[in-house]
Amino acid sequence: MSEHSPGTDLRRSAPPLIFESGSPGRSGFFWPEEKGEGGEKIPSELLRDDIPGFPELGELEVLRHFTRLSHLNYAIESQFYPLGSCTMKYNPKVNEVVARLPGFSSLHPLAPPELIQGALELLYELEEMLAEISGMAHVTLQPAAGAQGELTGLMVIRACLRERSNPRRKIIVPDTAHGTNPASSTLCGYEVVQISSSNRGMVEAAKVAEVMDEEVAALMLTNPNTLGIFEKNIQEIAEVVHKKGGLVYLDGANLNALMGIAKPGDMGVDVLHINLHKTFSTPHGGGGPGAGPVGVKSFLRDFLPVPRILKKDGSFVLREDFAKSVGRVRSFFGNFGILVRAYAYIISLGSDGLEEASRMALLNANYLRKKLEGAYQLAYPEPCMHECVFTDRLQQRHGVATLDIAKRLLDYGFHPPTIYFPLVVSGALMIEPTETENREILDAFADAMNSIAREAKEHPDLVKGAPYTTPVGRLDEARAARKPVLRWEPAKE
Amino acid sequence: MRYTPHTASDKEQMLRTIGLSRIEQLFDHIPQSLRERAAISLASGLTEVKVKKRMAALAAKNATPEGWSFFLGGGIYHHAIPSTVDAVISRSEFSTSYTPYQPEVSQGTLQAMYEFQTLMCQLTGMEVSNAGLYDGASATAEAILMARRIQSESRRRVFVSRSLHPQYRAVVSTYLRNLEDTELVEIPFDRNGGTDAEFLAREVDEKAMCVVVGYPNFFGVIEELAPIQEACARSGALFVTVTTEPLSLALLKPPGAWGADIAVGEGQSLGVPMSLGGPGFGFFTCRKKFVRSLPGRLAGETVDHEGRRGFVLTLSTREQHIRREKATSNICTSQTLCALAATVFMATLGKSGMRRLAEVNVCRAHDAQGRLVKDAGLAPAFTGPFFNEFVLRSKGLARSQSRFAAEKIIPGIPLAPWYPELQDCLLVCVTEMNEGEEIERLVRTFSGD
Repeated sequence: MSEHSPGTDLRRSAPPLIFESGSPGRSGFFWPEEKGEGGEKIPSELLRDDIPGFPELGELEVLRHFTRLSHLNYAIESQFYPLGSCTMKYNPKVNEVVARLPGFSSLHPLAPPELIQGALELLYELEEMLAEISGMAHVTLQPAAGAQGELTGLMVIRACLRERSNPRRKIIVPDTAHGTNPASSTLCGYEVVQISSSNRGMVEAAKVAEVMDEEVAALMLTNPNTLGIFEKNIQEIAEVVHKKGGLVYLDGANLNALMGIAKPGDMGVDVLHINLHKTFSTPHGGGGPGAGPVGVKSFLRDFLPVPRILKKDGSFVLREDFAKSVGRVRSFFGNFGILVRAYAYIISLGSDGLEEASRMALLNANYLRKKLEGAYQLAYPEPCMHECVFTDRLQQRHGVATLDIAKRLLDYGFHPPTIYFPLVVSGALMIEPTETENREILDAFADAMNSIAREAKEHPDLVKGAPYTTPVGRLDEARAARKPVLRWEPAKE
Repeated sequence: MRYTPHTASDKEQMLRTIGLSRIEQLFDHIPQSLRERAAISLASGLTEVKVKKRMAALAAKNATPEGWSFFLGGGIYHHAIPSTVDAVISRSEFSTSYTPYQPEVSQGTLQAMYEFQTLMCQLTGMEVSNAGLYDGASATAEAILMARRIQSESRRRVFVSRSLHPQYRAVVSTYLRNLEDTELVEIPFDRNGGTDAEFLAREVDEKAMCVVVGYPNFFGVIEELAPIQEACARSGALFVTVTTEPLSLALLKPPGAWGADIAVGEGQSLGVPMSLGGPGFGFFTCRKKFVRSLPGRLAGETVDHEGRRGFVLTLSTREQHIRREKATSNICTSQTLCALAATVFMATLGKSGMRRLAEVNVCRAHDAQGRLVKDAGLAPAFTGPFFNEFVLRSKGLARSQSRFAAEKIIPGIPLAPWYPELQDCLLVCVTEMNEGEEIERLVRTFSGD
């Protein structure tokens, strides 16, 4: 093993595209001729001849292709994956088993409600459980992801303010916010007013008061924020916003730090979204599907999206006739399969288990923070919650940047932390270990990070050339964007 | 259950390293007023055995196609899913990875996304596809928002066909409600069950932003797209098609061949379980010249420093994590695992299998429709050609409900709640999963025998 490959050697040739193998006429599908076929059921001018370029493979060939592709991925079940603000915790297997029960996976959304009572009961109870955990009065499960939850929450705010007087024009967003916050605000017809956080990494009430006026519809806050710091002025901030008739929106991306420790509902929050694929352990799937339920205080109930599930005489009914509702944000019932997994997770852990999860998430983050603070510069000295943020300031002296550190971590067999986010920290390394990792893994990760810090000092070029052991080396992203090649095309004759 | 691996001694040692003695010290900087009210009042945790029992009990209260005969479509379809699909998407390398921000260790996901984009382009006949959106409804809304970015401010009228899925129209109206310069206009449907082309020809002018029609539409009707495309081309409106049953595109002339500018839809029917309507995925394809206005993730081909082919997320300057309030959309996921399911589904069936499955659907649906008209005396509500679902009128629909329940048949979706003008009308869907015997029973039960 060379100095370039402290981990195992993963570099190998990638499989060809599915369009580059196979043979004309081959298929993994078998269906014999049926009686009554062959008639002209659809006018021929509406039919296509063929799907040019479509794959023609056998079943084993297909499986081998995707199995080989899977080997090129890092994933929670094979690697420590401490992506900050993403909560890459273990995704329990039992959730996968129960979500595949035909009584959940084979349900049709337009079947009569009396034939899907078990599903509606599950949804109804999940709404109640999420309300209890977050301290909100009512929850909708419709939004398909956190960003759609944000949009839904802002629509609820807009509808409420429109009813009071006018929908107002602006949303205040701190500079540490996820990019979805300003993007969702625009989509909801608002202008974004960005405020800077203090030199202690927090939003200050005075700063909010400076920009808070009668044209501000809401303040969007993430708590703990993306620096992993608890916004301890949140109640005071909420008061400032409420006094001028605005509402407080909480981005619940980091709820994993709060269960049993503090409820958003007690912080003066009026609306929040929750990412079930973070705190409630549903798999990230390489980029979805997730789910982004929205919770509101009781005065906002009537603005929630439809349909709503109500309990009536022991059975569950669907209602759409709420005149003030923002309407429908997604077809059918949202990402039901994800909601089933989150429900299973919550009943598995129960109150005590959820509280323990948040406590251990804090313990792991603080432990890593301690182990790394000698070799890396902390972005802020404040106590951290479930994640901690470092910078590359010490390594920059040797010409080594965060990107290099991240790529070098790949050689050590670890997925890197979130990098260059939040934007307020130059060269940010945002580390969220989650509660499901054991001490040995955290130690090994800290050893790797500390070893990279030494390499940065002694062999900076080694770090800057990383990774060496991954299936491909550093990829030319500029070229991909300059001349986009977004699909395979057959070679020209 | 507990998924935290910490032993008492782990906790003690870790706390000591940090310089603390109790876990609670980790959060004693949080205001006391919050901490003292934070306890969660839910039941205690359960063993895995009890979790499975509880979930099985809930599942047992639902009607599945194993116990019932379903003739339900309307945007979510019951199709055969080859075993390869779940085998691949169950692999934790795919299911437990994140969005591929580190391409060197995400080539599996990225190459599959690239293959997915290619397959969707081939199926729709379009030039460019993104890696997926939430669902067909939000994909439709995103198509309209993209048209709004492309078109000048003098074009702010959106024409949406009444024969488009009613829930999609509802979501579109929710998304557009807060964009005050944009106006929604509904296009009626005609006797064929297709979009009224005469209305279009009359109303679509230089103020039109786009025209949105279902293909096939909510009634299962294969819309006549040529006159719609002509009206768009003449007025400069963008032509948007929405497909809820993309299996049909294996057989039908695809949106690209009809001159669509943007073709979107719901991908569930391509290898994703019905799962009460989600998760599936929205697909989004368009002309290449619009690529920089596209919402959502895109995988692109490139090379590494040694010239090895590789794939990366690209054109991300369109996206929220870079562009923030100026992004093309707020979306930051792409239902990737569901899009992967569709990729495996399409790769398994392949060119001939996709067409074969589409033909089986056409045969069974047309056979069933013919029998229901001839033997059960039902009237077709529309005359347009259809793929695997169709609308029938049946006077005694409400009265016959108990008969269907007794036979454990769900005969279709009543349309009156969405379309008061379609009283007594039922949207019936027949796929390869409906065996001949089921269709016999459906006909018999309708006949009242």
